[in-house]
Amino acid sequence: MTQAVQRRLFLVVALLVAGGALGVIAMGGIGENLVYFWTPAQLHQNSDKAVGATIRLGGVVQAGTVDWQQGDQLLTFTVGEQTVDTATPVVVKAKGAPPQMFREGIGVVVEGTMRKDGVFAADKVMVKHSNEYRAPTEGVDPESLYATVEEL
Amino acid sequence: MISLLGRAAILVALAACVVGAIAGIWGGVTRSAEAARWSRWMAWAFFAAVAAATGLMEYALLTHDFSVHYVTEVGSRSSPTWVSIVSLWSSLEGSILFWAFVLGVYAAGQAWWTRSRYPEHSAYAMGMTLLVGVFFCYLVAGVANPFTLVDPAPADGPGPNPLLQNHILMVIHPPALYLGYVGMTVPFAMGAAALLAGRITPSWSRALRNAMLVPWGFLTAGIILGGWWSYDVLGWGGYWAWDPVENASLLPWLTSTAFVHSAMLMERKDQLKGWTLTLLMASFLLTILGTFMTRSGVFNSVHSFTQTPIGPVFLAFLALCLVFSVVLLAARIDKLTPPQEGLSGPASRDTAFLAQNLVFAALTFTVLLGTVWPLLNEAMSGEQISVGEPYFNKWGVPLGFLIVFLMGVGPALPWGRASGSAVVQRFLVPLGVAAVVVGGSLAFGLRQPWPIAVFAMSGFALVVSLQEMAAPGLARWRGKGGSLVGAMLEGTLRTRRRQAGYVVHLGVILVAIGVAASSGWRHVHELTLVEGQTGQAGRYTLTYLGHELEREAHRTASVARFHVAVDDRELGVLSPRMNNYEAMGRPLPSPDVRSVPAEDLYLSLVQVDPKSGTVSVQAVIQPMVWWIWVGGLVMAVGTVLAAWPSRPGASRKAGAPTGAPAGAEGAA
Repeated sequence: MTQAVQRRLFLVVALLVAGGALGVIAMGGIGENLVYFWTPAQLHQNSDKAVGATIRLGGVVQAGTVDWQQGDQLLTFTVGEQTVDTATPVVVKAKGAPPQMFREGIGVVVEGTMRKDGVFAADKVMVKHSNEYRAPTEGVDPESLYATVEEL
Repeated sequence: MISLLGRAAILVALAACVVGAIAGIWGGVTRSAEAARWSRWMAWAFFAAVAAATGLMEYALLTHDFSVHYVTEVGSRSSPTWVSIVSLWSSLEGSILFWAFVLGVYAAGQAWWTRSRYPEHSAYAMGMTLLVGVFFCYLVAGVANPFTLVDPAPADGPGPNPLLQNHILMVIHPPALYLGYVGMTVPFAMGAAALLAGRITPSWSRALRNAMLVPWGFLTAGIILGGWWSYDVLGWGGYWAWDPVENASLLPWLTSTAFVHSAMLMERKDQLKGWTLTLLMASFLLTILGTFMTRSGVFNSVHSFTQTPIGPVFLAFLALCLVFSVVLLAARIDKLTPPQEGLSGPASRDTAFLAQNLVFAALTFTVLLGTVWPLLNEAMSGEQISVGEPYFNKWGVPLGFLIVFLMGVGPALPWGRASGSAVVQRFLVPLGVAAVVVGGSLAFGLRQPWPIAVFAMSGFALVVSLQEMAAPGLARWRGKGGSLVGAMLEGTLRTRRRQAGYVVHLGVILVAIGVAASSGWRHVHELTLVEGQTGQAGRYTLTYLGHELEREAHRTASVARFHVAVDDRELGVLSPRMNNYEAMGRPLPSPDVRSVPAEDLYLSLVQVDPKSGTVSVQAVIQPMVWWIWVGGLVMAVGTVLAAWPSRPGASRKAGAPTGAPAGAEGAA
């Protein structure tokens, strides 16, 4: 084979491999592994594709809905769009202790999926925090920052 | 005052870059030695000015001079000294200044290194490096100016992001990554010089590969340190999450690793020049893309990047570099002399190199696609999504396995054409070891296919690497006689670059084993305990001893203590913490790890409740994580050995054995 032919051959093979990879990925890889960032309202809008999909649901923990069963390590609460949300609340069940600072009225992000019975099964519960720092406030008792759901 | 001096220093640096870039490119076009000298002087001036600016910023941070804009953003009187020092790279403007500083260091190094060598290319290369310097100085002087005067100066500031204060690794991880990222500029400039000059000489292609080894080593160290930081700080018990920021650092690593290998083919056989230079350009472009992605806030939302002044400017620079690279490659690739000989037969090391390059290219492509997909998707449909870990694992695991496979098979194959029987003979021992590993794993009760496959291939690659490392010494001993130890030592020392390459491979093998084992047999337990209570996490028995409140100037911490035992054997006390930074308003868990070669026990607090006296703790048990960090260290040592400059004049000799056919040496 001449040089030119070999170089072209290599190029063709490389392009074929790259093209093949592209095709395979476009067919399956990304589409089934998407994580959706939804609010409770968006979750209701997309209820057709919510079951089984990985969802990161962001909202506010509704007052009077938190139930923590320490024996079973089961945490149940309701997430809504705002502090009082009667339109689109979502019931969340999570395994494991609530994270520090978790309480009613706080912003949370829960990751998991929608079960067929309309309950959101969460693998992870994260308390939402902002990356913007605020100046230190005087006179805050550090102990109070460790307050948790137990006292509410 | 510092604000004024800092801005002046940056303007001097900018001027030096502009003049030096023009002089360098002029020197390249006209072959004027005078112009080339000017560009080197300007590189020195750039270094001096940007070092002065960085020094001034450090001074401002240490003296808490809140009249300087950047200090008001990240400074705090309550920060410990080391936090004040590293605040330089904790936020946007400071990190761009630090970037410019690192570029200054590299530019000065390049000026020194090429001062009396490579007359054909060095002026162009210097000019290109300083051209990149123009952009970064422009950023520091303009849109991301950290020295802007704040009047009146506030009394105190918020301090840097608490996540960055949580661990001492923050002192070395970002600089290592930056040295890797920024250092890619030098080989990029050298590659562009080769294209501009329309010629690539053997000495220039060797210099090119050496120039890449330095940033490659730093990038490797930066990525491994980043994993370590993530593991030791973030409290989720993992070291790699396919997070966009992590991917951004992995992408240029993949292309530059491919480059380091294809450059050997270019150096030895004068082949694949176009492909090799493409990888080089891609590595640089991906570092710019990575900086853009991590620094512009584009991952929060596609539409948020315009909120930082730096986003659009960076995107424009990226587009400019991309167009420049593509046009340059397309225009000049035919001018580079065509390859001298064809590719060898299917079972040759050459082919293994090609396969390795294709695997790395495929991995780069899939990771890049998964990383930018959410951005494209949001730009098109407005819907916010991210690509989940399963996608990356689906591609990363088999391609990673292929990499370990090729690392074993490639070096076992001779360069050029090989006879079938010779190949079979070379594969016998490594294959035997691989079979023993599989048998041993199964007998041990392990059943996970991918990790076992990686173990087997690692065993294979380990044997091949050790054989290859011993080959020059053994050949010497058989040829010349004398003492075996003396011959081994001599043979090893004389083939330093080749040995260094295999040391890096050994490090990769250790990392591969650690990753396969720790992800294959990861167990997470969650316990909620009251003081004095005992719980079980796998084979570990944890007893909660209580917690204390620790007060420091910039934070308070709730420190819980757990007594750890296995089958009545006491292993000591682990103290995971919950740190609370005043400026953050949210406690951050800081894990405690018992790390031994066999297994890691990783405790991270979920919740401390002082009222009811309970503590919830997550115990993550993963085997062989320790090997990842050791492997990283071995890779670093190997890279230093490879990149260590040879004595002038000895460079040809030292370089030559790398090129000697391994098969021939082994058989000699």
